[in-house]
Amino acid sequence: MPNTQQLEDLVTQVRRDILRMVHKVNSGHPGGSLGCTEFLVALYSEIMERKEEFTMDGIGEDLFFLSNGHISPAFYSVLARSGYFPVEELNTFRLINTRLQGHPTTHEGLPGIRIASGSLGQGMSVAIGAAQTKKLNKDTHLVYSLHGDGELQEGQNWEAIMYAAGNNIDNLISTIDLNGQQIDGATDNVLPLGNVKEKFEAFGWIVLEIEEGNNIDAILKGMVEAKTKTGQGKPVCVLLKTVMGNGVDFMMHTHAWHGKAPNDEQLAMGLSQNPETLGDY
Amino acid sequence: MKTYTYTEKKDTRSGFGAGLAELGRTNTNVVALCADLIGSLKMDQFIEENPDRFFQVGIAEANMMGIAAGMTIGGKIPFTGTFANFSTGRVYDQIRQSIAYSGKNVKICASHAGLTLGEDGATHQILEDIGLMKMLPGMTVINTCDYNQTKAATIAIAEHNGPVYLRFGRPAVPVFSAKNQKFEIGKAVLLTEGTDVTIVATGHLVWEALEASKVLYEKGISAEVINIHTIKPLDDKAILDSVSKTRCIVTAEEHNYLGGLGESVARVLAKHNPTPQEFVATNDTFGESGTPAQLMEKYGLNSEAIIKATENVIKRK
Repeated sequence: MPNTQQLEDLVTQVRRDILRMVHKVNSGHPGGSLGCTEFLVALYSEIMERKEEFTMDGIGEDLFFLSNGHISPAFYSVLARSGYFPVEELNTFRLINTRLQGHPTTHEGLPGIRIASGSLGQGMSVAIGAAQTKKLNKDTHLVYSLHGDGELQEGQNWEAIMYAAGNNIDNLISTIDLNGQQIDGATDNVLPLGNVKEKFEAFGWIVLEIEEGNNIDAILKGMVEAKTKTGQGKPVCVLLKTVMGNGVDFMMHTHAWHGKAPNDEQLAMGLSQNPETLGDY
Repeated sequence: MKTYTYTEKKDTRSGFGAGLAELGRTNTNVVALCADLIGSLKMDQFIEENPDRFFQVGIAEANMMGIAAGMTIGGKIPFTGTFANFSTGRVYDQIRQSIAYSGKNVKICASHAGLTLGEDGATHQILEDIGLMKMLPGMTVINTCDYNQTKAATIAIAEHNGPVYLRFGRPAVPVFSAKNQKFEIGKAVLLTEGTDVTIVATGHLVWEALEASKVLYEKGISAEVINIHTIKPLDDKAILDSVSKTRCIVTAEEHNYLGGLGESVARVLAKHNPTPQEFVATNDTFGESGTPAQLMEKYGLNSEAIIKATENVIKRK
């Protein structure tokens, strides 16, 4: 089991990967990616029970579904550094004839991906379906999903939230990245979400909050606790309070870097704040 | 001329229900989902025999499509059931991203297609669904003609690995195809051989085409009637072989001429053997309330319309 320093090193390296990937093609979504880096690192390094070899059916292991597919740079980096495909392939992000499409897809057969995402609001339904198949297969492993907060504006989520509670989907842990930002500005200004915790609870979910959503120890503690809440007849929601752009000072606390790549100078600044740890790809 | 008769009329959706029930007994990976229309989709038997493999999602079709996509992960074969309108247009992006683009083995089973659901009117009818579904890469599109064929198709699509759109209807229509037929996806069925005109029909219009061929025979016109139950992938060869003999074609479908079977046939002909073609289809319009027979007459989707189209197309040879 890696210690906290090893996880921190991985987080720093993933941040470097994200910055370099989006800089190279001058496109992609660094803000949300950086905000969820600690969570994805914790999930893949510590929380999920995973098999080394990727199979689509994922029988006998935990599954993860990324609903907010635009944070693909973080997802790809964590998948590569978890051994699903060579880290050198991160160099092909968003290029023609590659497996690392702008948004994650199964279409090119990239190991680690089980569903296409990018058109928002669809991931929770998919995660519920996979969780129900696990129950049918008497597979006691869990299903995890991650969603943006702005994404909750899509109505399909609320169909899924109602269904999961009504059907006792208690092998599912859905995490909401509460960074309070979306493309057009602060979520409160675009379309306020209201009290997300009370909303999930009103629908019948167990809700946990991770106040420091960019702190590895806090995430580990919160997700371990979330696991203990499964199997109780209710789906589990984790509200992860993050800072968009975390770890790169000029990208933090703003929606400006939602879908914008750094220039050469900004890249150098971002990398200098995150010195190489495990080796660049 | 080979003629077809029938002893009873049954709805194609009941053929779906019977096929699904049989799958419930023979394939433990088959699961079914419904969006609050169990009775309309005739899913009762499957549910009674396999309560643990049935999922009622309520009036939430988008969620149903996503859940179905997720259920394939781990080896299940989900069959979704609702009206054709709510199976396609309402959930196009869910089907596009989570099912088609993701290559998921989901069977989208759609009842009450076309005009013949009747009195509910245009909000519940759909004449655009074949077009919507056939444009999705990797999607197989099937429109069956009677009870027996719908049952056979339902069973066959479980063996096909990939997304399928299976379209059927509400009213009782003549049962004339073989009882325990083998259904081959993408393989047209030659019903009557003829030399003067090819009539290619799908769904409820197949029986109308057979009725038309009898009248045409009496008028001295020899019609070759082909049942195209699979619109995608289309049996190009069956169409080309037939028109090489007849040199003209009528296509007939309970769908808008834009995006339907007729356009798919026209593409094949334009590329390989340009041939005069007439379209029996709706003319870029919504439907309305009425009895199925009234609607089919008003919108020109019956045997009389096929006869008229045939006489027109023969003049254009």
